[in-house]
Amino acid sequence: MTAPLRPTASACPACAAAPAAGSLADAKREQGKAQIALSLPTIHCSACITRIEKALNAHPGVTSARVNLTLKRASIEADPDVTAQEMKTLVEALGFEAHELDAGTLNATSNDRAGRELLMRLAVAGFASMNVMLLSVAVWSGAADATRDLFHWISAAIALPTIAFSGQPFFRNAWAALSKRQLNMDVPITLAIVLAVVTSLWETSLSGKHAYFDAALALTFFLLAGRYLDHRTRAIARSAAEELTALEVPRATRLRADGSEEIVNVAELAVGDLLLVRPGGRMPVDGMIVSGTSELDRSLLTGETLPVFASEGQTVSAGEVNLTGPLTIRASAVGQDTSLHRMADLVAIAESGRSRYTSLADSAAKLYAPGVHILSALAFVGWYLYTFDMRTALNIAAAVLIITCPCALGLAVPAVTTAASGRLFRRGMLIKHETALERLAQVDTVVFDKTGTLTAGTPELTNLGDLPRRDVELALALAEGSSHPLAQAITRAAREAGFAPAPVRDVGEVPGYGTRAMHDGREVRLGRASWIGAQGRAETAAFLDRGEGSPVAFLFADRLRDGAAEAVQALKASGKAVYLMSGDTTPAVEALAERLGITHWLAEALPADKSARIQAMGAEGAKVLMVGDGLNDTAALAAAHVSISPASALDAARVASDIVLLGGDLAPIAAACATARSATRRIRENFRIATIYNVIAVPLAVAGLCSPLIAALAMSASSITVSLNALRLR
Amino acid sequence: MTILAYLIPISLFLGGLGLAFFVYTVRSNQYDDPEGDARRILSDEYDDHPKA
Repeated sequence: MTAPLRPTASACPACAAAPAAGSLADAKREQGKAQIALSLPTIHCSACITRIEKALNAHPGVTSARVNLTLKRASIEADPDVTAQEMKTLVEALGFEAHELDAGTLNATSNDRAGRELLMRLAVAGFASMNVMLLSVAVWSGAADATRDLFHWISAAIALPTIAFSGQPFFRNAWAALSKRQLNMDVPITLAIVLAVVTSLWETSLSGKHAYFDAALALTFFLLAGRYLDHRTRAIARSAAEELTALEVPRATRLRADGSEEIVNVAELAVGDLLLVRPGGRMPVDGMIVSGTSELDRSLLTGETLPVFASEGQTVSAGEVNLTGPLTIRASAVGQDTSLHRMADLVAIAESGRSRYTSLADSAAKLYAPGVHILSALAFVGWYLYTFDMRTALNIAAAVLIITCPCALGLAVPAVTTAASGRLFRRGMLIKHETALERLAQVDTVVFDKTGTLTAGTPELTNLGDLPRRDVELALALAEGSSHPLAQAITRAAREAGFAPAPVRDVGEVPGYGTRAMHDGREVRLGRASWIGAQGRAETAAFLDRGEGSPVAFLFADRLRDGAAEAVQALKASGKAVYLMSGDTTPAVEALAERLGITHWLAEALPADKSARIQAMGAEGAKVLMVGDGLNDTAALAAAHVSISPASALDAARVASDIVLLGGDLAPIAAACATARSATRRIRENFRIATIYNVIAVPLAVAGLCSPLIAALAMSASSITVSLNALRLR
Repeated sequence: MTILAYLIPISLFLGGLGLAFFVYTVRSNQYDDPEGDARRILSDEYDDHPKA
């Protein structure tokens, strides 16, 4: 993000603290300027940058525009009357794809303060450890007496402030764990750093031979590097997930008292407002239809593929898509009260039931932390009883702690997850949760949702070959005038097969029913069964009335999503049980299950049924991967061991799932399971490597033979081996 | 060995200078768009009056 265009965190702390929407509103009021963000997925070179920036800056209302190639975004500061739509058309005129981003959602995330702070601490630790290491090399190679003391004192002067600054994340975490009477990885780290510095200071003041300032700093540096990698991986995933959310700009068309229209933010709507929802638009709020007839697509909410008829007096829920005619609705619930948001309660319940997963790092720490402390305490007591010399005993205890300090362990997990997440990100998968990879590796059962997940949510004409030519031509002529998904499916199929539309006059759409026209002096109609007067059918169908009785049926099936068949095949081939659970009707689900070769399926499932079934599977010991996109899947996504949702899913479903699939293709799922398994294997290998180093170096340390040189060698060597091992990941 | 009295402060000062510059680059958002910045230098249009 280009910070000069936005209030930075330091310049406006209140903005950063306020909720996203509020801060945007504040920013607008303060400056009298609008912040507009565009997503530009197709830009790739310096010419793209200059062309777009030039065109945008040439607009009289634009104060400044800057393109960020890394994020593929443009941020524009402009006069309040400049709309995002204008900017979008401006960029599209240059031949680039552009999508509006909700600046409010992005604003809150533009300043990655935590990451910047970590980077700063890492830089300081790196600088200090390099300097102290140089001084230490002189000591190791034989500096003695006054020179050695001088070098030790200079090292101390560098190390103390650096550790006070750079070590803070560890100190804070260790304190948080200790105050809850728990042990985590940060407790031995903190103890090792503090003990190393204290004994080294003591040794230095007594003109001793061994000081561990370099070890304490190298420890801090390597561990911070692990933390930073970890943070970056998650920050990238988070910002990509937020971009998906920001692509859905929450706007609605409100009707003023005099009947004129205004475009407002959904957050500004109130109960009782009259809203206009055009065909293709999504219901912004819950409400009741005041005027108009149309059909509604409820598939994201319930999984039903068949559009339902909607007319005056009927209630609608936020998230439903209006298909054919414009509807005026009166809002009955807005914002947090809509049924879309009430679903969040169900998710919360499901999440509390999810078995708490202990990550590999945590379980390693649980074994490791007490062991390290006991070992070093034993070394201290043993040497004290043997020599009755506090100084020797403390020195050896510090050496044991430094050698065993989980330096390589701290890198073992983040290095692998960074490599694996990067790899999966290039294949179009966004790992949102930190332990999602480890959980994905354990999966033995996969549950798919039907509508919108295995199917693309767009119908496909199935019986084109059985229909007489003149019927198809007539239907094509009627269908071309409509934006209804079934009509568009007819148009697409007929055009591809090379049909030309029959000559018709006076084509008109009857919202909620179908289209009609005049052909050879007769009225012809294409639409739903009840309107045409035909017998309804089990599968999705539209009917053509040729004006001479006996209507013709056009049958449809859901189009499979790209890669759906491959994903199911590959998952079955790798020995996983595959289930299909849908809220759609039994025949539709059965047909799809047969087509994909899925033997276990469940139809007409309510959201609570889905999550209950998945919880039951989990209770039986199965590790369930849930793949779903609809609102009716959110609870199930949260209840499963690990969950994936496609980018086309509702915001609520994407929030509930651990992994988001960015492309339209399902095929990467099976490959992702394999990558996750090899990543987990690498993590375990890394643990083993770190243990081997300890097994070699710890006896030396306990025996009092460990010099600062050996400590530095063991630490650097194990950290580097572990990082290199992580990079081997395929 | 008295030369150490000069050399050590000098080396620390130079290293510190590097650190200070790094801190400056982080603070002025120079790592926000690494790809874009790498390409921008190839642009042959020189901006005499940057807006911000």
